[in-house]
Amino acid sequence: MATQTETSAVDIDRSIGDFHYDVHYGHDAGVGLSDRVVNYISDVKQDPDWVRQFRLNALKTFLSKPMPTHWASKDLDAIVFDNIRYYLAQGTPTKRNWEDVPEDIKRTFERLGIPEQERKFLAGVEAQFDSEAVYSNIKKAVGEQGVIFVGSTEGLKNHPEIFRKWFGKVIPTGDNKFSALNSAVFSGGSFIYVPPGVKVKHPLQAYFRINAENFGQFERTLIIVDEGAEVTYMEGCTAPKFNTATLHSAVVELVALRGAKIQYITVQNWSANVFNLVTKRGLAHEEAEIKWIDCNIGSRLTMKYPGVVLKGRKSRGEVLSIALAGNGQHQDTGAKMIHGADETTSNIISKSISIGTGRATYRGLVHVPKHLKHCKNNTECDALLINATSRTDTYPAITVRGTGNSVQHEASVSQVSAEQIFYMQQRGLSEGQAMSLSVNGFVNDLVRQFPMEYSVELKRLIELEMEGSVG
Amino acid sequence: MQQLEINNLRVAIGESEIIRDLSLTVRTGEVHAIMGPNGSGKSTLAKAIAGQPDYRVTGGGVLMDGENLLELGPDERARRGLFLAFQYPSEIPGVTIADFLRAAAQSRSPEGEELEATDYYAKLYEKMDLLDIDRSFTSRSVNEGFSGGEKKRSEILQMAMLEPRFAILDETDSGLDIDALKIVAHGVNSLRSPNLGVLVITHYQRLLNYIIPDFVHVMVQGRIVRSGDKELALELEEKGYDWIRDHAEEPVLV
Ligand SMILES: Nc1ncnc2c1ncn2[C@@H]1O[C@H](COP(=O)(O)OP(=O)(O)O)[C@@H](O)[C@H]1O
Ligand SMILES: [Mg+2]
Repeated sequence: MATQTETSAVDIDRSIGDFHYDVHYGHDAGVGLSDRVVNYISDVKQDPDWVRQFRLNALKTFLSKPMPTHWASKDLDAIVFDNIRYYLAQGTPTKRNWEDVPEDIKRTFERLGIPEQERKFLAGVEAQFDSEAVYSNIKKAVGEQGVIFVGSTEGLKNHPEIFRKWFGKVIPTGDNKFSALNSAVFSGGSFIYVPPGVKVKHPLQAYFRINAENFGQFERTLIIVDEGAEVTYMEGCTAPKFNTATLHSAVVELVALRGAKIQYITVQNWSANVFNLVTKRGLAHEEAEIKWIDCNIGSRLTMKYPGVVLKGRKSRGEVLSIALAGNGQHQDTGAKMIHGADETTSNIISKSISIGTGRATYRGLVHVPKHLKHCKNNTECDALLINATSRTDTYPAITVRGTGNSVQHEASVSQVSAEQIFYMQQRGLSEGQAMSLSVNGFVNDLVRQFPMEYSVELKRLIELEMEGSVG
Repeated sequence: MQQLEINNLRVAIGESEIIRDLSLTVRTGEVHAIMGPNGSGKSTLAKAIAGQPDYRVTGGGVLMDGENLLELGPDERARRGLFLAFQYPSEIPGVTIADFLRAAAQSRSPEGEELEATDYYAKLYEKMDLLDIDRSFTSRSVNEGFSGGEKKRSEILQMAMLEPRFAILDETDSGLDIDALKIVAHGVNSLRSPNLGVLVITHYQRLLNYIIPDFVHVMVQGRIVRSGDKELALELEEKGYDWIRDHAEEPVLV
């Protein structure tokens, strides 16, 4: 049958992320994880004492926590923490101008098209190369409104009064083993503050690039949007394809104060050797709105469940996610909605596609305690299976108590049939084009809700992935 | 020579042979009709010619303008000008007719050449008017929730857009009321030209009142048992398939 052709390893050689230039690193924490490594990072970054202490405590927490292999994936056992390099940087400060970024790094971002996108439609950009931000800048007009957009290191040094108040508050160190790991060795990521009432028109973007082999990237992002303010943040990630495992373990904390709106968009296109274990959560105050748009393409294993804690009355949380599990890959993704006030609403729409031996797992958590009134949740999970060997599982875990609260849950599993592919081929499409059109059709109604630039990029990535999968 | 040539074709699905030594030649400019009872193998023939991968050709050949189609994938056959209007067209959830047809048209453009959007839509709307199709139709997902009539009209719309040289229409009349049948027939007739060969597959004679064939073939159990002109269809309608079955031992060929 047409759709049963042996899927070769979904190969993203053809995607624009798979290339790698040699770079000289001035700072290298070496291989393995210990107090020494954590202290090395603190020294290099000239951390204030409280941060050094925070890191060392986090390392203890990390070491004391078991791997979540019992409920997630045995594949986690393949991560050898002693073989990973935890900090790599050139040791030059973050530049405000692309001209000042060292040539060997700049060409990577140019090839990824970042400076061009910045000119076209972004209000600000931060570019991280392995452990540190090499470039960060916002448009003058945005800066003049009081918007802060810098790397986390700069954020904690220059804006401690805001940074310290919220850092580690939405996601405590001990939330899970990987949030603890990140807390011990974090470097890079964005710090954003938007003052009351300021609505940032164009998106701010961060681009995370892993360039080195056997490396772990641990960026830490903290976004605080003050009362009535609005921001859209987009992150893109790529890495070249190495034969050994690479670890990406970020922590992202969002705080939307009263009436604020945050839209956080991820376009992840990791190569198939990356373990992507990320904790993302937002805290929504009264009438605030937090929306995660999360797209997971690539990686060997992704575990990521963006969440919103609906702390204030009438706050609203949303997770729109798409996961594409290629041959040999596992996307274990989902959403968490913790309702903590009356009249809070949450919406989860998850679409997954499994190709070849790919596996997509939806893991959700919706919690509405008994004493709350007029809370609503809507959860939709749709899975599309491409081959007979593809797999999907759904663990929705919805606990809605109390009488005045409502919940709606729908799930579906569909398959691209051989007849459907043949029909499309009869109109002239190649097998790969037919597959990618089917997949794009499957995610279409969701993608329509995404910003333009993003949906175009996503469509292109899906095409690359699908055409690569039928070889 | 512009012709679709089916020579002593044998097709098996699994272990059972469905098409058994079937020969037929359709030249451009001609309309041939194949009539036959349910299960006689009409759809199997159509899909085997189009390259459905489950259907195993165990003997004979199919040539289009002298080129062996059996060596080509279904998409290559399509791009060379073969079109099949399916008896049961597949649904493609989330993909609009406009996007689908655009991708199909794009697949025929030379590598690296983008289809001109305004030209494409102008042509699409022209063909939709021809088939009395509402504009809003193009933003619906391909065949999803379509009525029987809408599906058939959408197939003919696709044919009109893709401008094949040889088209096989598999029971394009089934499930249509008389008004819809007339519209579809009108659409097909307006596409008739010296550059198009058509093979109309039907169970009933009714369609052939509107699409007048040059040749009629009767198919029983995977073989053509009788061929003639349009009068054969009327005769068949009158006497029923049993009459053919009774005479199946002595096939009459043109
Ligand atoms: N996918 C299939 N698997 C097994 N048998 C099939 C399949 N498709 C068709 N057949 C068989 O082939 C024969 C011819 O079917 P078909 O070509 O659909 O006939 P028609 O179109 O003339 O009604 C029937 O006996 C049918 O049961
Ligand atoms: Mg049939």
